Amino acid sequence: MKEITIISGKGGTGKSTVTAALATIGSNLVLCDSDVDAPDLHLVLNPRVMESHIFEGAWVASIIQELCTGCNICSEYCRFDAISLNASGKLHIDPFKCEGCRLCERICPAGAIQSVKSINNAWYVSETRAGILTHANMGPGEENSGKLVSQVRKKAKEIAREKGSGILLTDGPPGTGCAAISSIAGADAVLLVIEASMSSLHDAKRMAELVDQFHIPLYAIINKFDIHRDISAQIEVFLEARSIPLLGKIPFDESVVQAMVSGQSYTEYAPHSELSGIFHSIWNQLANP
Amino acid sequence: MAIRIAIASGKGGTGKTTVATNLYYAINEASKDEALLVDCDVEEPNDVLFFPDVKPGKLTTVNQEIPKIDTSRCTFCRKCVEYCEFNAIVIIPPAEFAEVNPSLCHSCGACLVACPSDAFGIQNESIGTINRYLDKAGKEILEGRLKVGSAMQTMMIRSLKKSIGTSEKIVILDAPPGTSCPVVETISDANFVILVTEPTPFGLHDLKLMVTLVRQLGKPFGVVINKAHLGNREIYGYLDAEHIEMIAEIPFNRAYAEQYARADLFNMIPGEIRHAHRKIKENLSKKGLIR
Repeated sequence: MKEITIISGKGGTGKSTVTAALATIGSNLVLCDSDVDAPDLHLVLNPRVMESHIFEGAWVASIIQELCTGCNICSEYCRFDAISLNASGKLHIDPFKCEGCRLCERICPAGAIQSVKSINNAWYVSETRAGILTHANMGPGEENSGKLVSQVRKKAKEIAREKGSGILLTDGPPGTGCAAISSIAGADAVLLVIEASMSSLHDAKRMAELVDQFHIPLYAIINKFDIHRDISAQIEVFLEARSIPLLGKIPFDESVVQAMVSGQSYTEYAPHSELSGIFHSIWNQLANP
Repeated sequence: MAIRIAIASGKGGTGKTTVATNLYYAINEASKDEALLVDCDVEEPNDVLFFPDVKPGKLTTVNQEIPKIDTSRCTFCRKCVEYCEFNAIVIIPPAEFAEVNPSLCHSCGACLVACPSDAFGIQNESIGTINRYLDKAGKEILEGRLKVGSAMQTMMIRSLKKSIGTSEKIVILDAPPGTSCPVVETISDANFVILVTEPTPFGLHDLKLMVTLVRQLGKPFGVVINKAHLGNREIYGYLDAEHIEMIAEIPFNRAYAEQYARADLFNMIPGEIRHAHRKIKENLSKKGLIR
């Protein structure tokens, strides 16, 4: 089994659109949406949830006001500026700033601080027309997206092994931080979706540097390449210099949005189009390198 | 304290940077109000790309304090392991092995409190830089740039925001995509949040996540629909039903998309686009947030 993670650095370059288009070409696949912050793949794949699990997030501390003596030691020790006086002059912990280290709870001389695990996250195993999909719903503002990413990927890998699937296709998050790192660590190949813009090229360079640190084979495609052909050419120069194979160039086409609106992947929406031909060629190169 | 306006989105690539940089440009062009632009998308900062004339100014390294265990003092009692909620410490008593894994450490300081043998020292590890730039008019742009490979984006944003001075009247915070802790860190002290979205199923879905978040944080907010007329009308029904203010619609314009692609946002702006950005500014000024 081979895990291919689709990633971009910059957001909105077309990761989920590409993932859905490839997922509905391949067969015997397992899919994973590791963009737990803002998951979108399910909007195209219309999953039927078979299993749903609560994912315990980080600890969140709160002050038991009846026991608090107002000594302020907790706020002096808190490295996250999460503890301050509220409008009524009482010490208060901002749950969004609390990182769940529980140091305040341990040092409070009055035993006035308690922590509970956030249960604001859930993850699912679902059936879709393109294969089994593992995905998640993260509570807004949650701390642990990296751990939730690891969870959905771990489950997807288990399922892929059990089912003897050849390929696990993972739709990754934007950025290079903890969610992106958790999405590519241990993958077998990474597909970088770059759009023809200076920002996307800038971000792709950082992404390539990150993937290098993990020694994972990296491939690229240029999306909306004809929005700016000169920049697209600059991207090709960069890929060439870094020996990153370019698997295809996808033109800008407003009907890509229409496919999304109709709840279909592009290869389902317009199977005989030029664009779908490009997606097929990308898939063939990825699946049979 | 300066008025802080955050630009956020949930979904990536909806136009946060376009809105943030245009607003910054328009405020500084039109009035004496001095706006500061702060690029809080520290994982992929690219606001500065749109200001080719800026001069790089001061660069500050942001360090994370990583505890380091002195094995000659450590008694391998494992109390620090018990205290560490991030599983960042490995102690193997028979091997007299004691180490902190910097990539898991949140620098909360719990291990320092836990240790009865004073075996912890501190080592500074760089997680990135805060970069100051000066544009042509001498106005400042601030950017956080996370080191590639670091997972400490929230800490980076916290440091970046602490470095904002007090001289500007308006601070524009360009947020990262997503809905998790880095976004909260960015918008937590904003006076107003502009949510930029696009009228597609993906845009609407992620907008709903952001609306839940800004409501939980109790932030006043409004929505800008970018690439209007590309997708469907569902988003308008949602905004109506939820009584959410639509600040402006920015039409999709292929020529402007090409300008964006080459990072040229402020020259020869097509009329309809210029109109939309003016509307955003007027809206904020009607609210008394800017002049």
